[in-house]
Amino acid sequence: MTTIYLEGLSLLGPGMNDWAEAAPRLLGQQPFQAEAVRLTAPAILPPTERRRAGTAVKLSMAVGLAAVDDAGADAASLPNVFSSTGGDCENCHSLLEVLASDDRMVSPTRFHNSVHNAPAGYWGIATRCTEASTSLCAYDATFGAGLLETATQALSAGKPCLLISFDTAYPEPLYAQRPIPYPLGVGMVLSPVRTPASKAALRLSFTQEAVGTMEDEQLEALRQSIPSARSLPLLRRLASGEPGREVIEYLDGCHLAIEVTA
Amino acid sequence: MQALRLSAYTLTSALGAGVAPHLAALREQRGGIVKKRWETVEFDVCVGEVAGLDEVALRDDLAIFDCRNNRLAQLGLEQDGFIARVQEAVARYGANRVGVFLGSSTSGILSSEVAYRQRDPQTGALPAEHSYRETHNAYSVADFVRRFFDLAGPAVVVSTACSSSAKVFGTAQRMMAAGIIDAAIVGGVDTLCLTTIYGFSSLQLVSPSPCLPFDGERNGISVGEGAAFALLESAEGTQPGDILLTGVGESSDAYHMSSPHPEGLGAQAAMAEALQQAGLVPGDIDYINLHGTATPSNDAAEGAAVQTLFGNATPCSSTKGHTGHTLGAAGGIEALICALALRDGVMPGGVGTQSLDARLQCNYLLSTVERPLRHVLSNSFGFGGSNCSLIFSLAGA
Repeated sequence: MTTIYLEGLSLLGPGMNDWAEAAPRLLGQQPFQAEAVRLTAPAILPPTERRRAGTAVKLSMAVGLAAVDDAGADAASLPNVFSSTGGDCENCHSLLEVLASDDRMVSPTRFHNSVHNAPAGYWGIATRCTEASTSLCAYDATFGAGLLETATQALSAGKPCLLISFDTAYPEPLYAQRPIPYPLGVGMVLSPVRTPASKAALRLSFTQEAVGTMEDEQLEALRQSIPSARSLPLLRRLASGEPGREVIEYLDGCHLAIEVTA
Repeated sequence: MQALRLSAYTLTSALGAGVAPHLAALREQRGGIVKKRWETVEFDVCVGEVAGLDEVALRDDLAIFDCRNNRLAQLGLEQDGFIARVQEAVARYGANRVGVFLGSSTSGILSSEVAYRQRDPQTGALPAEHSYRETHNAYSVADFVRRFFDLAGPAVVVSTACSSSAKVFGTAQRMMAAGIIDAAIVGGVDTLCLTTIYGFSSLQLVSPSPCLPFDGERNGISVGEGAAFALLESAEGTQPGDILLTGVGESSDAYHMSSPHPEGLGAQAAMAEALQQAGLVPGDIDYINLHGTATPSNDAAEGAAVQTLFGNATPCSSTKGHTGHTLGAAGGIEALICALALRDGVMPGGVGTQSLDARLQCNYLLSTVERPLRHVLSNSFGFGGSNCSLIFSLAGA
């Protein structure tokens, strides 16, 4: 259906603070233990925004910068796709609490941070990227939707594009309806053509075949509970450096088959 | 870019349900914004409310999706024979070859706003009947529409604040150019909720009277709601009189979360990109449907951007005075107002605007002008510095 070339890759999640930590765990070479995710506010944000940055901004920016760095690219030149099931869930919960209270005067900052594209807005401000940027949601299919959008954006723009797929957790009471146990994010720089920076070719197509799973129970639990972690079978394949085919979960009756070659 | 044909379209807003009331309101320069007490809001607010949503019953098999946003989606789909046109396309191409790409800013968050008021006093739990996935989650409306038509192809919600349902035209265009699908349902749905009414009020961006785009006295938006749907197909077999999507331009301000770049640099980049994709020059554009929210800074930035690129002759107006600012649905609603402008040769005069801001040097239409049009441009700009401009053209003109 569509072939694109991977130039940069990142993963940040529980027990996996960067790709170097994640790769051997995805391959089962080191034991995986889910641990609280360590996030720091990125230095490239202006000081006021840095102080206010919540999990969504810290996570999305960290995986974006790591993928851009891995590709040896310039963030300002990359059209970008932010894909997330809930965006900044902590901020959403805080707004809902205020709106259900006797004093509904919401904070202006909380309000403008409530838009789904707030992390993308901060990314633009921090990296000075004026390229096209979109922000998506497809519930559990959010990673697949982001991958398709980034691939078609790269083909259309004729230049590499950045995917930042990330999910954060709601506190209770919404946690009970959307139990995302940990924040997790995946970054990819995807090019429409093979270049010296290409790490792998990814050929995408739709399929109705069953999706791949993770052998490790904890990793499989992450895959099933965090939309961005639906990517784990693909990331395991990329960590192995071996060519092969993976099927990752997308929508009902429409999953994504990804043929990975050198 | 490869042009695409709008083979069917429909829109619902405070002006009414379907094409006919919109065309009449544009011709008669009539708006639908009223001042009222809405839901449990503690003050009077000017809103562009869609009539009859409380009475809409979702199709039985989709009852779990029940919320104001999906009620508006269903009401919107039911107008102008749109459902039948989609079903014909599905029969022609197959359920897996028709995509669903919709814009929404707040989705069905109103249902969570209400549910938070009804939390269990002991446990804090939400009422058992609250369905987060099918109502509040940003994907809800695309999920609803995909199931409504029993589709099996790609689907997504674009949520980039007030540019959301303009950008979906770009998503569909790229998916079709890559050969992944043959047709797409695009558009957007956004509904009134407490988040936006109290949120824009906290930023002091809500006008106490119906909004006055590009007026010297303008002082904020009027929040509206709306649903817009278009079916996009290949331009092969286009007949004279068909409406074509010919250009999509997208950019980011990289400037501020809730204020536009003062000179409208991002807006200029989006308009220039759309022109380039359409293979047109500024002089080819007969009418611009402005984003024109009626906040002091938005209109100033957009006015500056339009003047820089187009000079001050191109007729332009905002239709936010007609519909209110339908936020995540605005790009779609205004894209389809552009389709009507082309089809029927109508350039809508602004509603509400009395005396133009002398600092905004553009040819803002204070009254409706009827004459044939060939190419029109629609602007949509959102929080986070997200910009999108679309160009539509009349085939055979």
